[in-house]
Amino acid sequence: MGVALTRSAQWTAAGYGTGTLESTPLNEEILKEIIVFVEHFIYKYPHEAKFVFVEPLEWNTDLEPSAFESGYIVSETTVKSEEVDKNGQPLLLLSVPQIKVRSFGQLAHFLFIAKDTKLKEAQACIEGNRDPVVKILGSEFGEMKEDSMALNILNKISTDDDPENEIKMKIAILLKQLDLHLLNHSLKYISLQINLNPKTVKKDIELLQRFSGKGEQTVLESIEYTSDYEFTNGCRAPPWRQMYGEICYVLVKPHDVEALCITCSAEGVFLNGGKTDEEGDIDYERKGEVYKDLVTFLKEKSAVFSENMSRQENISNEEQKNQIEEVLTKEEAAVPQKAISSSDRLKKNHINFVKTQMSKRLEPSLNWRAKVDFKDKNLTKDSQEEKHGGKVEKSRTSISHGKVQLRKSVDKIEETISESSSESEEDEEQPDHRQEANADLPSEYWQIQKLVKYLKGGNQTATVIALCSMKDFNLAQETCQLAIRDVGGLEVLINLLDTDEVKCKIGSLKILKEISHNPQIRRNIVDLGGLPIMVNILDSPYKSLKCLAAETIANVAKFKRARRAVRQHGGITKLVALLDCAQNATEPAQSSLYETRDVEVARCGALALWSCSKSYSNKEAIRKAGGIPLLARLLKTSHENMLIPVVGTLQECASEENYRAAIKAERIIENLVKNLNSENEQLQEHCAMAIYQCAEDEETRDLVRLHGGLKPLASLLNNTKNKELLAAVTGAIWKCSISKENVIKFREYKAIETLVGLLTDQPEEVLVNVVGALGECCQEHENRVIVRRCGGIQPLVNLLVGINQALLVNVTKAVGACAVEPENMAIIDRLDGVRLLWSLLKNPHPDVKASAAWALCPCIENAKDAGEMVRSFVGGLELVVNLLKSDNKEVLASVCAAITNIAKDQENLAVITDHGVVPLLSKLANTNNDNLRRHLAEAVSRCCMWGRNRVAFGEHRAVAPLVRYLKSNDTNVHRATAQALYQLSEDADNCITMHENGAVKLLLDMVGSPDQELQEAAAGCISNIRRLALATEKARYT
Amino acid sequence: VYNLKKKKKVDSWAYFKRNEVECLIRLFHSLMGRTDHNKFRGILHSIFGMTDVMLMNRVFSAFDRDNDNYINAKEWVKGLSVFLRGTFEEKLKFCFEVYYLNGDGYISREEIFDMLKNSLYQSSEEENDEGVKELVDITIKKMDYDNDGKISFADFEKAVREDRLLLEVFGPCLPEAQVYTSTKSSYLMRELVRVCVCVCVCV
Repeated sequence: MGVALTRSAQWTAAGYGTGTLESTPLNEEILKEIIVFVEHFIYKYPHEAKFVFVEPLEWNTDLEPSAFESGYIVSETTVKSEEVDKNGQPLLLLSVPQIKVRSFGQLAHFLFIAKDTKLKEAQACIEGNRDPVVKILGSEFGEMKEDSMALNILNKISTDDDPENEIKMKIAILLKQLDLHLLNHSLKYISLQINLNPKTVKKDIELLQRFSGKGEQTVLESIEYTSDYEFTNGCRAPPWRQMYGEICYVLVKPHDVEALCITCSAEGVFLNGGKTDEEGDIDYERKGEVYKDLVTFLKEKSAVFSENMSRQENISNEEQKNQIEEVLTKEEAAVPQKAISSSDRLKKNHINFVKTQMSKRLEPSLNWRAKVDFKDKNLTKDSQEEKHGGKVEKSRTSISHGKVQLRKSVDKIEETISESSSESEEDEEQPDHRQEANADLPSEYWQIQKLVKYLKGGNQTATVIALCSMKDFNLAQETCQLAIRDVGGLEVLINLLDTDEVKCKIGSLKILKEISHNPQIRRNIVDLGGLPIMVNILDSPYKSLKCLAAETIANVAKFKRARRAVRQHGGITKLVALLDCAQNATEPAQSSLYETRDVEVARCGALALWSCSKSYSNKEAIRKAGGIPLLARLLKTSHENMLIPVVGTLQECASEENYRAAIKAERIIENLVKNLNSENEQLQEHCAMAIYQCAEDEETRDLVRLHGGLKPLASLLNNTKNKELLAAVTGAIWKCSISKENVIKFREYKAIETLVGLLTDQPEEVLVNVVGALGECCQEHENRVIVRRCGGIQPLVNLLVGINQALLVNVTKAVGACAVEPENMAIIDRLDGVRLLWSLLKNPHPDVKASAAWALCPCIENAKDAGEMVRSFVGGLELVVNLLKSDNKEVLASVCAAITNIAKDQENLAVITDHGVVPLLSKLANTNNDNLRRHLAEAVSRCCMWGRNRVAFGEHRAVAPLVRYLKSNDTNVHRATAQALYQLSEDADNCITMHENGAVKLLLDMVGSPDQELQEAAAGCISNIRRLALATEKARYT
Repeated sequence: VYNLKKKKKVDSWAYFKRNEVECLIRLFHSLMGRTDHNKFRGILHSIFGMTDVMLMNRVFSAFDRDNDNYINAKEWVKGLSVFLRGTFEEKLKFCFEVYYLNGDGYISREEIFDMLKNSLYQSSEEENDEGVKELVDITIKKMDYDNDGKISFADFEKAVREDRLLLEVFGPCLPEAQVYTSTKSSYLMRELVRVCVCVCVCV
């Protein structure tokens, strides 16, 4: 039994003394065998069972003393067996929790008492007594070499004939037999084990992923890895778990049971302890039985899975059959055997196709078959078949590379996009990708490891040599970057920054600067506390050191946590201070290693600030540190590589109101405009972007014009290749064209024609801005004509079917602006633009709704047969009326305006009255929003024109609030309200309400207004009230 | 103590201002007369922070142009001129001179080994030798552009031009950065005088 226990049983790695048996199937099997042996011992060898062990077997038991019954003396915490040895000692002694057993008989008895916890007790016993043979028979038996054991036994028997020894011998032989049995058994068991490998597991999971998703048809709701990173050997488990043969962990959500966290290991698939906390650590302990593969496991756990799985299998089987038949019929004339021989391969390919189809369509549906059959036509020839197979493979690898690309594009976005205050970019912290020690590693890995060794164990000279040679590796390559980290190089490099050795610091920073382009490395640098040290280096007297530190910070501070760290360690102030030294651009380049030009220092500072300025708090910090005047000063230089980070920083910061004011005050606009004329597209882009951000302000817009910025903007429109630049430029034009004077300039520069030309084939970012600009420009008659002449209406109307919210808002506005021109309206009507606008009223975004409703107003106003047109939209009027239930003020105002226009047609007014427009309008009456008040009052006055609506408004208590509108400061509100009141005053009850609410005095004031319409309406209303009063008086006195 | 003629001569090739040269020469004469190894080492150590005895001896040899084992006033001023104010090219040449000793114009593998043998913190000598050997290989691989197994001046220059950090590749032989960057010459001079007095007193 000794050999089996020490060699075959799987002990945990904890070392000999305190080791525990792992709960692997093999160990369970061994324990079961031992239990059977002990339990049967008492019957098979009753004599030997009484043999008293040399030493008791001791272990901690969970068994309560109360569990022991007859044959034992039981007290509260102790149990003694009645059976005793020669010296009167009990053969079983339990003093909670320790138990001592001294014979096989008692052992068997004990196991019988333990019942269900047998296995556990046996395990505890084996764990507690690592060498049971010695304890049972004495040390001389333990020392025996296995092969000479039989000889020894014979020897002993022959030398002395003590009966006890004889028994000992017998037991020894029995134990030996057990040992052999156990070994054989475990061997059998091991050979039975199905060894899963990463490839098969991966295939299984990929397959299941394709059949997962929402809906009844799928087998699972979801199945995903806990880790995205795959080691080169195909495993996803961390290296220290791979030691145990574990391949990966998967989270599975079946339809019918709770989510399962599963370990796939080489021995099979089993349930683990699940995620222990939010950080994603997994409790690796096995919690359930081991199954031979994932599918078997899931079939056992989820009924829906097994049901749907069998269905899927049927489907694919059928398809295979169909396909083979098809192939056969097609190749009838050709060699049929060939088709059959290839059918196997065909099957595989076929399945591949099903997979790719599925992955493309995301959700499985039953029409794959049609698709697949269609594809199959290409598949009949062997050669083609293979080609396709290859393609499938390729597409799959491209998926796995997708992540890298994604990461790259994320970087790009970070660098270029202006959405500064949103810090979400790249913040999803990617899981660490650790290289695994025994995987196939590139030769660079070992070379770098060697160099890191010198970094660790060398003096300054050796360190510098190692640093210089390390720089010779291609540090832009991820392999090298990760290799440096994985051999512990990052820690050393960062430690070097903390020393006094300037040369080492320089060398180390040069490497960090390069490898920090890698997002993972950035995180590692931050985790290792590299940022505070680098921030400190910014104070160094050596300029080149400052530069390198700033540049590295610029690379590292690409994500939120890093930016915060820079700020919290006072980095922003120091970086801003770096900007301060670029006074004289004429100083000579220094020959020394430690010197560099001040301009360079400032450039690096700006670079770092640019990265940092993506966080709101950092923008604030930069401003507080006095960064804006310094940036403004640097903006006057003409070095492109200096200007780009400076303008980039300004552009990031311009999202803040404070900055825009400061930018205006520091006369930065002038320089931005100047740099629009630069040759460098990136610089132009950032300048345009900054102008775009700042031009919300009217004064800034004027400044852009005064400094001659409109012309370069207009001419930059012709550069349609660089989409980022185009987006920035069109954005700047959009914002600038909010000012009328600018629009006139743009017309001079023929920008409007160019903008119309950009309405097609552009990315959405560009389109949004182009359409926005056109919307502003079309506020003027001349431009509306130009847009029509250039054929701009059609593309605009076409854009009404998009889904981009920002784009739709701008498009509706532009279409609305164009519709003011009756000739344009005719085109819009012909293109069915009004219907499209109308359908946008159903858009979920309130901005789009409101904008569409505004755009409808001029359309209805200027369309021929507007009433007929509106009626032709089935359910359209009801839709509009229902929008009055919205809680967005802008939507309400716009819908009121639309209703005003709709109600001009009597028939439509009748329809909307039927849809209950009166109570809905009345309900809105209690508002303080002047814009809404005005349009609401206009709508009310229009709606009064039908039936007994006037009375109805009175009944719904709309009159009193309307009177209060007269107290508003807005003349537009006054006019609309007076008109509404005039209409309402046709009804006597309303007159009374108005009078009660003091309308007369207010209206009398209005009569004195210079606004003629207002005068008339007010006077009319007063006269109605007065007439009523007279009539009542008359009635009273007659 | 010094004559004008000499001063003029010195002026023509040194990077010091006239008053600085005067000061240096006065210092030289008043303190040392003829400077030998020990005195010079003391100066190198206390002013320039050098610690490696072998390298200091080599720096001495580089200063000592006429190889008479003494540094005379001319050598003293000229050496310090390169040492403190030299152009990149001059320093390049100076460092190369320090590193190649046998005068064949090359730095050989053995010389590199000698210079680097104390650069690792290794427990056993065997391990150390092994490590240094590999380090030498790395250095040769990096700097030996013409693949002749030794480093010529051309190799050295090319490597250093590519990466300034390699200027003192085989050990520090130029003043520490602190001295370097303190451009205020008055400070430097004061410092020099102070230290030289110390050295003199000690020696």
